Amino acid sequence: MEGVPARARGHVAGAALAALLCLSPLTTAPDTPWWAVALLAALYAAGEQIARRRFAGTFSPVLLAGAFLLPAPAAALVPLPGALCSYVDKGPVLLRRVWRAAQSALAVWAAAHVHGALGGPEAVAGSDVPYALLPAGAAVLVHCAVLAALDGGMFALAEGLPALKVCRGLFLRSLAPLAVHGLAGLMMAVLWRSPYGPVAALLVLFPMAVSWWVFAQYHRERAAHRATIRALVQAVDIKDGYTRGHSERVGQASVMIARELGMDESRVEVIRFAGILHDVGKLGVPTRLLRKDGPLTPEERRVIELHPEYGHEITRGISFLGEARSAILHHHERIDGSGYPYGLAGRQIPEPARVVAVADAFDAMTSTRSYSRARPVEVALAELERCAGTQFDPRMVTALVRVIGREGWHPRVTADEPPHTVPAPATAPERPGVTR
Amino acid sequence: MTPCRPLHTAAALLTVGSLLVTFRTGVEEGTVVLAFGALVAVGELLSGPGLREAAPLGAAGGLSYALLGEHAGHPGHHGVAQVVSVVAAASLLGSVPHLARGQGPVLDRLVRRVLAVGFAAVCFQPLYNNGAFDRWRGPLYALVLLALLVLTVLCDAVIAAALAHSRTGWPFPPLLRDELRAVPGIGSAVCATGAVMALAVAVVGLWALPVFSVPLLLTQLSLRRYAAVRATNRQTIVSLARATEIAGYTPAGHARRVAALSQAVGRDLGLPEAELTVLEYAALMHDIGQLSLVDPVPAGATSGLPAAEQRRIALLGGAVVRQTGASAQVAAVVERQADPYPEQPPAARIVRVVNAYEEKVQGTGPGGPLTALEELRLGTGGEYAPEVVEALARVLSRDCLTLPKGG
Repeated sequence: MEGVPARARGHVAGAALAALLCLSPLTTAPDTPWWAVALLAALYAAGEQIARRRFAGTFSPVLLAGAFLLPAPAAALVPLPGALCSYVDKGPVLLRRVWRAAQSALAVWAAAHVHGALGGPEAVAGSDVPYALLPAGAAVLVHCAVLAALDGGMFALAEGLPALKVCRGLFLRSLAPLAVHGLAGLMMAVLWRSPYGPVAALLVLFPMAVSWWVFAQYHRERAAHRATIRALVQAVDIKDGYTRGHSERVGQASVMIARELGMDESRVEVIRFAGILHDVGKLGVPTRLLRKDGPLTPEERRVIELHPEYGHEITRGISFLGEARSAILHHHERIDGSGYPYGLAGRQIPEPARVVAVADAFDAMTSTRSYSRARPVEVALAELERCAGTQFDPRMVTALVRVIGREGWHPRVTADEPPHTVPAPATAPERPGVTR
Repeated sequence: MTPCRPLHTAAALLTVGSLLVTFRTGVEEGTVVLAFGALVAVGELLSGPGLREAAPLGAAGGLSYALLGEHAGHPGHHGVAQVVSVVAAASLLGSVPHLARGQGPVLDRLVRRVLAVGFAAVCFQPLYNNGAFDRWRGPLYALVLLALLVLTVLCDAVIAAALAHSRTGWPFPPLLRDELRAVPGIGSAVCATGAVMALAVAVVGLWALPVFSVPLLLTQLSLRRYAAVRATNRQTIVSLARATEIAGYTPAGHARRVAALSQAVGRDLGLPEAELTVLEYAALMHDIGQLSLVDPVPAGATSGLPAAEQRRIALLGGAVVRQTGASAQVAAVVERQADPYPEQPPAARIVRVVNAYEEKVQGTGPGGPLTALEELRLGTGGEYAPEVVEALARVLSRDCLTLPKGG
């Protein structure tokens, strides 16, 4: 249990105590529908076992259905068995389980209370649907707010983050999924009270499960796509020893420039891919040339200078790259028109290409290669500024100098490379990175 | 293309007949009809291309209408003819944009929808209108609906497989097996949603429709995004495969031809769909290991190299493939493509045979394919799996032994 501040443990203990207080009326309540509580609790526990492991979500429709069906203390009992046996991927296991149980119990209790106060149970029993949406909506809002407040308090106490901002972020992020779960929960509750009974209510969970499954598939496939891009880049590494990690770093520096210039997120994403893939055309250059140690003959240089065109050709079939492909083709153009392959000048060069050119040169100077040692960041930036206007677009160079002055240069470490971090130039104040 | 006609004709006859009956008797309960029609049409409109169940919202809406008994406590009278006409008209209306753009087998999907809904309605509506369900009240009624839908989904799987068989000419049993395998996943969800929507409408009226549409709509959007990411991933893998061609290690179009022919052979051998995807990716990337060679092999023909060298290249290729998001199975196939065939997984056997055939056929004249097949048959002692060579011969004879199309 090391690493958990005492304040955070106090927070958990407080929540657990409050949850126990919410449950206490159960001991005296005469007409608790125990079999419904047991059925919902078992359902939640089973769903939680599957959902947490596979989809990393909570099985909220069952909890909300409980809040719509049962009196508040009984509804608060529903999440307990599931949360106390839930799957925890990192320690401290007991503390996390108690926390989850207390948090869910409090949120469900509050939701059930609000629902009851607004006349929800009667609306559900009478299948009075347009009206039943009102108490249900209010209950979902309260449920979401309680969860966000408790989680936000935990982040504030354990990691020292600003409580209000964190709470608001959590609330807004979880409201939309919880609203959908609330609709499913309401339908479960209505069908449960209908002549068709709990059997029909259980059927509601099928569409929800499929929607989770599809969502998980989407995320898996997206991760697979990222991996494929990485493989394209690593195929370059197989041929060309010294560029290890270069592509990833150029992607990172390109993103920093693009963000500094205020480009929107989709364009930043395109520029990230452009930076990562800019040298993919080296796959088309004979390995013997890429690995040659001595100086290159003019003939050999011409062959190597074909790589932007090869890259453009290799990525022809990848439709999502769009404009990024122009950066692959033109990243060796120079602003004065003396670059290759087309000798474009000034604004004829596409914007992504001008970004990647600066990022490429910056990383080439600051990393060690077979023919040269790494130079310090300040020297590299000074060199870039010297060449701004002849080789590089001054706007891109200024943006890079500004963003590195502010945030420093922390190249992301790839798995097979020793970590190295270059601090920001001493003249600029460094901002401590928030790691979360 | 002849066998597809019966199903298309049946669907067309069913639709026309239902429309005629409905026109003569008139439409009952206009609001309910409008609501369900709108649901089916919207679901169809938002459907995405290229997936087994591209329009779960439309499918569930149609099925729930077929099973609609009561409506907010009042008994309804939606006959079979009305159900089929409404669903057919709404689906047709919703797929006009898809038909206009010529996207995918939209017509097949419509046929499938009409036949499945027709089946469910024929099973349910006459019995309901005769009062046969009066004895089954409450939870039992819900279970009966579910059982009916399970039957419908099974029937739908058979129709889908038959349609795919007639469209593509691939063997029927593996297609049916793939369709049935998909039933417990998205099929069961569509089925449960159809049942639960019919029940919910019976309890609370039409308000249930928008409430249930939300999760299904989200599912449908996720499905579309999933399909989009899958497509870009495939494009990236195809590009990765083209890298060896641009680098001059393999002839242009080689990877794509090997992939296409391997899939045809895999289908002939009855591989399930998941394995066909593995086969396609592995065939596309089978030469990737050559990138690590300092000098290209002449014409990229690895099948002439010594076995140890072939295996080394295969292992290097497997290492690259492991970095891609493609499953570990793909990497295993690439790695083991040069092993003797008794130790290989089926997909690796196919890639090896087809690759060797492709390399032998390159640059030969009209007699090339026959000679190449003969050489493969003679080589079946240890390198090439005989059953794969025979499947290749069958596939090639179906395509009249033409030379592979250039890339």
